[in-house]
Amino acid sequence: MVGGSYLPPTGTVFHMTFTLFAEQLLNGLQFGVMLFLMSAGLTLVFGVMGLINLAHGSLYMVGAFAAAAVAAATGSFVLALMASLAAAAAAGAIIELTIIRRLYNRDHLDQVLATFALILIFSEGTRWIFGSFPLFLDVPQALSGPITLPGGIEYPLYRLAIIGIGLGVATGLFAMINRTSVGIRIRAGEADREMIAALGVDIAKLYTFVFALGAALAGFAGALVGAIQSVQVGMGEPVLILAFVVIVIGGIGSIKGALVGALLVGMTDTLGRFLLPQMLGWILEPSSAISIGSAVSSMSIYILMAGVLIYRPQGLYGSG
Amino acid sequence: MRREHIINLVTLAVLVVVPLGAWVLDEPFIITLATRAVIFAIAGVGLNLALGQGGLVSLGHAAFFGIGGYAMGILASHAQAYAPLMEWPFLIEGTKSMPIIWLVAVVSSALAALAIGALSLRTSGVYFIMITLAFGQMIYYFAISWPAYGGEDGLVVYVRNGFPGLNTLDPIQFFGLCFCVLCIVLWAMSRVQNSAFGLALASARQNPVRVQSVGIDPYRLRLVAFTLSGAITGLSGALFADLNRFVSPTMLSWQMSGEIMVFIIIGGVARLFGPVIGAMIFILLEHVLGGVSEFWHIYLGALLLMIVLFAKGGVIGALAGREVAHD
Repeated sequence: MVGGSYLPPTGTVFHMTFTLFAEQLLNGLQFGVMLFLMSAGLTLVFGVMGLINLAHGSLYMVGAFAAAAVAAATGSFVLALMASLAAAAAAGAIIELTIIRRLYNRDHLDQVLATFALILIFSEGTRWIFGSFPLFLDVPQALSGPITLPGGIEYPLYRLAIIGIGLGVATGLFAMINRTSVGIRIRAGEADREMIAALGVDIAKLYTFVFALGAALAGFAGALVGAIQSVQVGMGEPVLILAFVVIVIGGIGSIKGALVGALLVGMTDTLGRFLLPQMLGWILEPSSAISIGSAVSSMSIYILMAGVLIYRPQGLYGSG
Repeated sequence: MRREHIINLVTLAVLVVVPLGAWVLDEPFIITLATRAVIFAIAGVGLNLALGQGGLVSLGHAAFFGIGGYAMGILASHAQAYAPLMEWPFLIEGTKSMPIIWLVAVVSSALAALAIGALSLRTSGVYFIMITLAFGQMIYYFAISWPAYGGEDGLVVYVRNGFPGLNTLDPIQFFGLCFCVLCIVLWAMSRVQNSAFGLALASARQNPVRVQSVGIDPYRLRLVAFTLSGAITGLSGALFADLNRFVSPTMLSWQMSGEIMVFIIIGGVARLFGPVIGAMIFILLEHVLGGVSEFWHIYLGALLLMIVLFAKGGVIGALAGREVAHD
């Protein structure tokens, strides 16, 4: 791959180097880590409550908007991140208490429709409050600009921080689920709902907690990504669908599967977009290599998903 | 006569009388609204075969709707540019003739449904929902990033395609044509529902093990149903593109899949006329609420939530009671 010719939009040919490739690897890692924050909540909610939640993307959006609003008012990025966690967790708890808990015993069709209805309400409500124009969340001063990594790789410090924060949250989540008493209850809830209710655990409270936790993770991801992309209505759904791909690949209900799936999807998407047009460039003329390459690479993660489905329909770490 | 039959007849009567009245009063916009409702109804009837009869909750039917739309857009845009689709190994030219476009739309969306179904039906339940959604999204992104046919901007067709013996530019004639298609689709669907295939499909939803034990393979039943369902939705996509004389990736978006599903839920799952009533109510809401508020989707969302939580069975379920078993 090194040395293959690559045509950037400006039209000048230059050689792909190790640093460029390393940079794309880091981008893939960063994307994967963000997808994990989204997917962890989805897969937990499905594993424990058996609920498919289309409105998870709305919670991502709520987090991003809360962060943008607080950052605009206070100028503090830390406060903005805390606001995103609080707002998304609160929104999650409210919809769990009012609507979602009525859906646990319904079939998947009802869950899909009710949470689709929630998306409509969240999206239009947000548009009503904040307007249709995208908001901007600035990268904090301390984290702006590039950093030089070993090997001479220049990489934006903020993206590197996202990778660090994301991996930290992932570690915390694994520790919570594997080591704390709440984690034991969550795992017990996944294994046998009736039994842990019979053993005196307040299952309703546990459900609200799990849902709010998933919501907070989604909102946090929304705020972190919001500083790289713009904060706008409808930002949650593309990520939601990618998170679905992640948990289908990893196996629904498995946190470990979500982590592996998220990294696989993040890497496949980023490297596919980067490498496919170049590899096609060896056999096609440059302009069609770029157009075909970009069209095919936009499908790469779905092809990955199809491959996993043929190999293991229940996902890599799925039990069912 | 069962109450559901009366409701069905009233629905058809309303669907005929409203545009005819609008035609007499010279209100072409209302005819266009009615045509939209009819086309959405066809899409819903298609999905209802998979969703209602087969219990296959597909969140990716916009893919077939959009493929039908693009079949029309691609053929008509080549015809209007006088550029053949391909010259080698044999010549294929674009066309402005609806019957050919419909055929291409049905065949191509059926093939897509066959491929997507063959993979997705290896799973069930919540996996199936997510996977159909993901494949729908795959085609959406493909349409956006493929520059040959307009990419994100879509394709504009300047003149509506023709149908032998009709002036399709006249709104009432185009409405009549779409209405006839709807009636044929409904008739065919009523035959399918009561055929051995339809009954086996419904049993496969209720108890796949029993169906298997009498020697029928549920996977094949579902795959056939999913393919048929995609083909009908594809046909409605071609009509929808012709109504707007425009096709864009929006037709492929996941919101579209959600909306087609909403038609069925408003009307009533697994009811023959459920999607028809649902589409009519959806268009009415869009028109009335859209006039009241720019943010009418909030009200639509609230209404949908109420139906799901408190009025299972949709409008027909509420009016006709549980005469048809639908678990």
